[in-house]
Amino acid sequence: MRSFSILNFKVRRTLRENLSAFWMKCCYLLILAMPFILLIGLLLKSSLLFGEHSLMELIFSSEWKPLSGKFGFFPFIISSLWVTFISIAIAAPVCLLTAIYLTQYAKRFVLKIMQPVIDILAGIPSVIYGVWGIIIIVPFVSKVAGWFNVSSSGYSILTGAIVLAVMIIPFVLNILIEVYKTIPIELSEASLSLGATKWETIKKVLTRKAYPGIISSFGLGVSRAFGETIAVLMVVGNVVQIPSGIFQAGYPLPALIANNYGEMLSIPLYDSALMFAALILFVVVTFFNMGSRYIIMHYEKKI
Amino acid sequence: MINGSIINIEGLNLHIGNKHILKDINVKIPEKKLTVILGPSGCGKTTLLKSLNRLTDLYPEVKTQGKIFNGGIDILNPKIEITELRKKMGLLAQSPYPLPMSIYDNITYGLRISGRRKKRYLSKRVEYYLRQVSLWEEVKDRLKDPASALSIGQQQRLCLARGLSVDPDIILADEPTSALDPVSSREIEELFLKLKQRYTIVMVTHILRQARRVADYVIFMYLGEIVEHGTAEQIFENPQNQITKAYIKGTYS
Ligand SMILES: Nc1ncnc2c1ncn2[C@@H]1O[C@H](COP(=O)(O)OP(=O)(O)OP(=O)(O)O)[C@@H](O)[C@H]1O
Ligand SMILES: [Mg+2]
Repeated sequence: MRSFSILNFKVRRTLRENLSAFWMKCCYLLILAMPFILLIGLLLKSSLLFGEHSLMELIFSSEWKPLSGKFGFFPFIISSLWVTFISIAIAAPVCLLTAIYLTQYAKRFVLKIMQPVIDILAGIPSVIYGVWGIIIIVPFVSKVAGWFNVSSSGYSILTGAIVLAVMIIPFVLNILIEVYKTIPIELSEASLSLGATKWETIKKVLTRKAYPGIISSFGLGVSRAFGETIAVLMVVGNVVQIPSGIFQAGYPLPALIANNYGEMLSIPLYDSALMFAALILFVVVTFFNMGSRYIIMHYEKKI
Repeated sequence: MINGSIINIEGLNLHIGNKHILKDINVKIPEKKLTVILGPSGCGKTTLLKSLNRLTDLYPEVKTQGKIFNGGIDILNPKIEITELRKKMGLLAQSPYPLPMSIYDNITYGLRISGRRKKRYLSKRVEYYLRQVSLWEEVKDRLKDPASALSIGQQQRLCLARGLSVDPDIILADEPTSALDPVSSREIEELFLKLKQRYTIVMVTHILRQARRVADYVIFMYLGEIVEHGTAEQIFENPQNQITKAYIKGTYS
């Protein structure tokens, strides 16, 4: 009886062991398969569009007339690129300088205070950033446009970019702080003892050492900015046009999808077109992720 | 036997937070000799070494009092321009930290920072200092390779050459062989014996046999204090203090 119960115990234990191993494997396979499932879904759904139009035409035509079956994505792609690159151009230097200040100059407690603040910023829902953009940034940009003798409602590429910059700053900054914090202090000591000033040390040694991390943080920032939807949609104006300046309204890809999905789906090929927009988003974001990964690996071999 | 001194430490006290790390340090470091700082782990050897070129500035929680004179200038005086003074002391850390650049650039870094730009001059200096540390033959064909591609022992010699490149008077070395294999350790030791003809060397170690092999002058520290200091002969053959005696005999635990 006793030996039986021990046997039973052992069996149950191995069974449980195998079962949990099985579930762990399932979960990990699911995650591994996720991007491919997404990609295949998007490809299937947008394939209808390819039957009627060439890829070149879809990407480079700026005629967007769904009712007459014309789907040119160029205005949306250009809007997305504008918004993304202006936002990263704003966020990158701000984050870099802040990270350097916090890790190299500030007293320890300043960093200790900043870290939760950054986390709070990162956790704020994007719709709140959108509202804040409408209340503060829209009138501000409208006024700034006035200084340049441009009339603008304030709902513009620049407004979207500013709101986006504020949204990606906490993410990029968090990585950069981590990157600079993990550089061994001995490297600074070596540089200083060779007669370098603190700033020379930061510029020529620490930032070189941090380079792969800096690139990956910016890459992450770009991916986030490119895909961010709600906050941008609320302030960017959503006019289908190729914006000729930063004070003009634009219509980035995520906004296109979010504004229109579920409506007007009676128009033939319309949902397929929106899926194609999603596909572009997916490909670009993946490209940026892989690209920054490649730079990191390539560079790490060189230092 | 010991003539002039190059560094005079007077009444040095160092606190980290409210911990008293260095307690009333008074000692003169002899010129063109190899001074070894001995003592058990945690007694403040590294801290003392870093105070000498004020690398303690990097740690905002460190507070120092007292004076460290080098050539009549008090290094600890916050008003002096420390950047130039640091160049007079080459630093060799416990394990090698090559700068994130090529072998060549590691050596020229200090020179370029002090304004030397001529390529011919720089190349000559690179060869000269790499020869000084017997690394030239091993790396002359791959000067453009990242320094991190070298073996640890080679990296440590590179770091020594880098320290020599700005023409210091003093070499500060913190357990420079502790991360190295026996052969590389021996190479560094022999380099030091050669270099002490021309440089003042201050070396932290807790390898007693190594200290015996290289030291001219010995400073023995215990719990943040200097318990005893004197020529290698005095300290190793005829120590006065009980703790020193125990440590030298190897019965200290
Ligand atoms: N940044 C720091 N913050 C707090 N305490 C420190 C710091 N650096 C050193 N200490 C303390 O100062 C004392 C002396 O440290 P130090 O590194 O100078 O010792 P050491 O003699 O070099 O020891 P070891 O032989 O282990 O290298 C130790 O008690 C250590 O805990
Ligand atoms: Mg130490």
